[in-house]
Amino acid sequence: MAAASGSDLSSEMEVDAFRRLFPLNFHERHLLKSIRPDGRTLGKARDTIISLGAVTSANGSALTKIGCTTMLAAIKLEVMTPTVESPDEGCIAIDFHMPPICSPIVRPGRPAEAAPVVAKQLSDTILSGKAAWMAYLDIYCLDADGSLFDAALLSAVAAFSHLQIPVVSLNDEGRIVLISEDNGGGKLEKEPVNKEKRKLKLATIPFSLTCILHKNYILADPTAEEESIMETLVTVVLDSSSQLVSLYKPGGPVLAQTSAIQDCVSLTRQRLKELQKILNEAISDMEVD
Amino acid sequence: MEIDRGDGRKPNQLRPVACSRGILNRAHGSASWSQGETKVLAAVYGPKAGTKKNENPEKACFEVIWKPKTGQIGKPEKECEMILKRTLQSICLLNVHPNTTTSIIIQVVNDDGGLLPCAINAACAALVDAGIPLKHLAAAICCSLAKNGRVLLDPNKSEEQNMKGFVYLAFPNSIQSVLPEGSLQVGGEPVEHGIITSVTHGAMSVDDYLLCLQRGRAACEKLSVFIRSSLK
Repeated sequence: MAAASGSDLSSEMEVDAFRRLFPLNFHERHLLKSIRPDGRTLGKARDTIISLGAVTSANGSALTKIGCTTMLAAIKLEVMTPTVESPDEGCIAIDFHMPPICSPIVRPGRPAEAAPVVAKQLSDTILSGKAAWMAYLDIYCLDADGSLFDAALLSAVAAFSHLQIPVVSLNDEGRIVLISEDNGGGKLEKEPVNKEKRKLKLATIPFSLTCILHKNYILADPTAEEESIMETLVTVVLDSSSQLVSLYKPGGPVLAQTSAIQDCVSLTRQRLKELQKILNEAISDMEVD
Repeated sequence: MEIDRGDGRKPNQLRPVACSRGILNRAHGSASWSQGETKVLAAVYGPKAGTKKNENPEKACFEVIWKPKTGQIGKPEKECEMILKRTLQSICLLNVHPNTTTSIIIQVVNDDGGLLPCAINAACAALVDAGIPLKHLAAAICCSLAKNGRVLLDPNKSEEQNMKGFVYLAFPNSIQSVLPEGSLQVGGEPVEHGIITSVTHGAMSVDDYLLCLQRGRAACEKLSVFIRSSLK
């Protein structure tokens, strides 16, 4: 690529140096031509890959990559007694880890923002009032390159769609125990409560898109570099019935006008269709195996 | 058809608001803000020299510490800290005192619904009391959506739990009270209609969200008139 001509300082500067020294200028020049440094248009998200069943010891797991951002989600199920107020509901415990492998600027104590939104989905019981499922969802960020919430939500949703509830039975003391695979064969004293491993049915699936607002531009699916320069992020979460699950804008130098919000919502709607397609393909690939 | 709210308010009516500044002697700025039973105390210390490790030294840095009424500091508190920090960063002039850190400590005295908006309002009042240069103030409010689709402003805790969803919104302080002839327009809408912060809980349709925005804006205009008069 030719050196940036007509720049403020010297007329000959390498592109990489210009990118490091004047990052905002570098990105704005690209935005003037409605394109971004990695060649995407403003409203386009990065390539997304979902792969289910990455962790064999967990009941459900998924590995998702949006561009370079990589998230691994795994679910383990445990039997618990439900609370008195909601005997029909199980619960989810979500933990979001950002180990130092993911990024050079990891700070300890980063908040797990994905937790409250995803936590509203699961409700399942084996025997109503006697026992319910407790799901431990762990999400590990393996590479942090922007749009962490999107990737985390997608991997959690994919892990839940891959989840298979294991077989359980009542033992002599009236407690539910998991039957492990090794005991199979003709040696079961008690009949299993649920005959076979079944998949979880998700009512409505949430999908999200993070956008950056910068002057008059709306950039979808930012990379870490774009996030650090242009600080106003808006995350819109829509579910498959087009309900707005969450619109999260935690401050930021740019104020969001109603028109900007509506643009973000329509970008999210498009992304929802793409993501649904990718998720369905991944699930059907798994079932073929 | 009017909805009966527990305390007899109309859907668009806010709880009684009270604000007092300068209550802590040692802090550089302090304020207490109460909306109904929800009360938050905010203290500002700064600007102090030096920024934290990864922060930009050409700008002022903010640090928010959120102290809940009971219990240990956990993830919800950290999330509130982050939201508050980013909201306040957007209303302050960061270039006036580069390479400094300003600490804002929020102490929850009582939580009866709408805690985050109350904290944002208290923090703004405390920043004014401390004399930190600001671009404009933030007026924050909670709008909730009832199951039958009506929008109720400023719910208390029992109302919040029965709602389909609620939104915490923060808008910039309206200029209407100073310049009655209006202010800058951006794309056909006045600048102060932009949202600084929006945090939603619960699912709602996009149209309901936009309706909440409208109501919230109108309420924040009234709130900013109150803020201006109380900060004189």
